[in-house]
Amino acid sequence: MSTTFKPENADQVVEAVAWAAAEAQPLEILGRGSKRGFGRPVQAAHGIDVSGLTGITLYEPQELVLSARAGTPLAEIEAALEDAHQQLAFEPADLGPLLGAGVGQGSIGGMLACNLSGPRRIKAGAARDHFLGVHAVSGRGEAFKSGGRVVKNVTGYDMCKLLAGSHGTLAVLTDVTVKVMPAPEKTRTVLLLGLDDAGALAAMTQALQSAHEVSAAAHLPASIAAGSAVSYVAGAGAAVTVLRVEGPGPSVAYRCAALRKDLSDLAGSEELHSMNSTALWRELRDVAPFVGPPERPLWRISVPPQEGPRVAAEIVGSLGAAYFYDWGGGLIWLALPGPDESASDGAAADAGAGVVRAALGAAGGHAMLVRAPEALRAAVPVFQPQDPAMAALTTRVKDGFDPKRVLNPGRMYAGV
Amino acid sequence: MRMPDPEQGIIARRAEIARALNAIVPGEGVIWDDDELRVYESDGLTAYRQAPLIVVLPETTEQVSRVLAYCQAAGVKVVPRGAGTSLSGGALPLADGVLLAMAKFNRILDIDFDNRCAVVEPGVTNLGITQAVEHAGFYYAPDPSSQIACTIGGNVAENAGGVHCLKYGLTTNNLLGLEMVLIDGTVLTLGGKHLDSEGYDLLGLMTGSEGLLGVVTEVTVRLLRKPETARAVLLGFPSAEQAGDCVAAIIGAGIVPGGMEMMDRLAIHAADDFVQAGYPRDVEALLIVELDGPRVEVDDLISRVTGIAEAHGATTSRVSNSEAERDAFWAGRKAAFPAIGRISPDYYCMDGTIPRHKLPIVLERMREMSEKYGLRVANVFHAGDGNLHPLILYDANEPGELERTEEFGAEILKLCVEVGGVLTGEHGVGVEKRDLMGAMFTETDLKHQQRVKCAFDPDALLNPGKMFPELHRCAELGRIHVSGGKLPFPDLPRF
Ligand SMILES: Cc1cc2nc3c(=O)[nH]c(=O)nc-3n(C[C@H](O)[C@H](O)[C@H](O)COP(=O)(O)OP(=O)(O)OC[C@H]3O[C@@H](n4cnc5c(N)ncnc54)[C@H](O)[C@@H]3O)c2cc1C
Repeated sequence: MSTTFKPENADQVVEAVAWAAAEAQPLEILGRGSKRGFGRPVQAAHGIDVSGLTGITLYEPQELVLSARAGTPLAEIEAALEDAHQQLAFEPADLGPLLGAGVGQGSIGGMLACNLSGPRRIKAGAARDHFLGVHAVSGRGEAFKSGGRVVKNVTGYDMCKLLAGSHGTLAVLTDVTVKVMPAPEKTRTVLLLGLDDAGALAAMTQALQSAHEVSAAAHLPASIAAGSAVSYVAGAGAAVTVLRVEGPGPSVAYRCAALRKDLSDLAGSEELHSMNSTALWRELRDVAPFVGPPERPLWRISVPPQEGPRVAAEIVGSLGAAYFYDWGGGLIWLALPGPDESASDGAAADAGAGVVRAALGAAGGHAMLVRAPEALRAAVPVFQPQDPAMAALTTRVKDGFDPKRVLNPGRMYAGV
Repeated sequence: MRMPDPEQGIIARRAEIARALNAIVPGEGVIWDDDELRVYESDGLTAYRQAPLIVVLPETTEQVSRVLAYCQAAGVKVVPRGAGTSLSGGALPLADGVLLAMAKFNRILDIDFDNRCAVVEPGVTNLGITQAVEHAGFYYAPDPSSQIACTIGGNVAENAGGVHCLKYGLTTNNLLGLEMVLIDGTVLTLGGKHLDSEGYDLLGLMTGSEGLLGVVTEVTVRLLRKPETARAVLLGFPSAEQAGDCVAAIIGAGIVPGGMEMMDRLAIHAADDFVQAGYPRDVEALLIVELDGPRVEVDDLISRVTGIAEAHGATTSRVSNSEAERDAFWAGRKAAFPAIGRISPDYYCMDGTIPRHKLPIVLERMREMSEKYGLRVANVFHAGDGNLHPLILYDANEPGELERTEEFGAEILKLCVEVGGVLTGEHGVGVEKRDLMGAMFTETDLKHQQRVKCAFDPDALLNPGKMFPELHRCAELGRIHVSGGKLPFPDLPRF
């Protein structure tokens, strides 16, 4: 018999997990289900659906903090923030469409559990950098808290960091507090046209090294640019490198002009104003270029920015993939050809994992298989494989929180 | 302050242990002469002193690894130490413990402007990083007031902040990678020059772990481009409440200043007397608001901030028109601690964080406590993020005054927690706030933290006696208490 518990409060989460621990019955944690296909498939007969834990419980714009129950839709939180001209500065991606779910379905708990951050990551930090406080239920069926509701706090270990990106394998989040920031008054984007990958990297690097506070830097090869819903980008007929500038109006105008001047030796440029900028960065944030058949393997690769083009070229050389860069070259979104296209047999067997991870080489970084058919995600290491020492430490951390392996077992690594 | 009882058996074996360590770290890298040990007997929390059993000064990661593996095998406790500026007793030695001093890890290994990061050894000072990169217009953002002395390794261990962290973050927000060594000698690399961790965020967990989880041997930090310009506004208010409202209004208007510092009357006067900062002396609260960024933006924001301040009853409002003037505004704030040191034989620096709007209540209650304990208190405040530094003035030579001061301090910190804040914003728990952890955390909360400790250091040999009021044995913490396999929740909805 398979049961999905739908607790209405944190005490009921404790009850359900305590039962699971006592019976050694694994639970799959479901937020609002938008990222169910994210990570390795979880082997669990039962589920715990926290979408009933909803509501913003505290929002003090002048203190820059917001607390909510973990199942609260992100869309609801973003709407509340917008009313006060604030935002989640790390720009969480909505991966729903990419993973075959709808738009705007994610929960704040799910977003934090996956540590999802978008293009502004390079300037504002990741989700984990804004995660101030948490109430959670560990795999021991015990409620605990860490952190607080103030932005500066070093009391005890920073368990929010540990839980961010733990994909529900350590604890069920029940209440979370995040740091929120003022939304920029104006946004513009500088477009540089026709650069190859190496030229784009040089331009992005120069922009990010400047004093112009570039809040996002991405590069779209011509075939990706052509698919953009923003006509200026789609119509460029060439690769497009995009640099975002945000802030008070006069400052934004000044910095855009300065960037275009500084980079004029490298490429011709155009400028997108607010509406188009917002649309473009939402596309990149949500990886819209690769929304498509769920069988088409998609990789998210984080590398030192200067390694981006080399890594991409190596992978494309043997797998014929499509890709674009975010984070100034440090993030590569890379999609392999779908099964009906001419993928090499080797690539189909391991979703390209061998080639992708070999390309990282000694430079450091990690590659996650974000989308692939379930059988492949079960067979191929979805997260970057760990060396034995790190794997052992990871296992010991898991033992501390979830000794019976009842929370999302196997989501990240087999046995964890 | 009660520390774990020293193990006499270990103390008796001092010579043997020293010789074994000397085989790993040769020559003068091992110190156990009593006179020489005294140099290390306290950190920035000078009320507590204890000479270590032995000091070891390793020079390589391999030596650190072998020293730790030896200590684990021999059951010897280890206290890591950077520059010893901790204000919470984080680096306080143990009579039966080895002090692992990281002073010789003082090299900058790699400055990589293109990847906007630097790789340094943990004994490099905080300011040393900025000095190594400022010729190219870069800097390392977190700037604790102790930055000329404190080390980046100590900053990682304490998750140090500074006056610019509202906008630029604490240490944890400015790290990309670490190399660290576990107590069993295992060397681990966390992160690197890329962003985000590949598995659990152990980099985040290590930051602020106060030397209890591992020894940091290499740090990769983010480098930022220096802002084009910075200007400061000096604002005086007839009451702390008005100053607090002004801070809230500035942030409410969507402005995040590079720095926003507040001082109360006693701190203003002490600082002004000390460095002739030219502060207004007839105000109850002084605010320094620094705006940085492109010139057009800064000029625009400066006028908005002065407007907001006027609307909130500022009686003094001065804008810096040169670097010299900006430095002058800061001079008093930066000298606030030594300035208090001048007007009192001793002072005790507290470090709580509160939700900002609770400031008037907290200041009022502190005034009452000040009367009750018969001790003066001056306040400097990282106003933007609610991090309060009350400085309690006392005289250690007066019998009983230190004890009264500590009681006063503890009451302040409990008040911070009571109003929704926390025990420490940037200085760490250490030995100082260890016994107050129960004011903020339940036993279950603390046990979950200690299980993290068990994953890294199962024998509790790294920096014991710090952070946790009581150390449970890992075997006991590992046990799972189950209520017995019933499905006891008739009211829990399921599908
Ligand atoms: C005048 C003054 C002003 C200060 N101002 C500020 C401020 O503005 N903001 C702020 O945050 N702090 C401030 N501090 C506190 C202190 O400077 C910081 O906590 C600093 O980070 C400590 O660094 P350290 O090198 O002196 O470390 P230590 O004091 O030597 O050690 C601190 C802790 O770190 C551990 N540790 C040290 N090195 C390592 C390592 N390599 N691996 C593992 N663990 C290690 C130690 O075991 C100990 O627990 C101030 C202190 C003073 C004296």
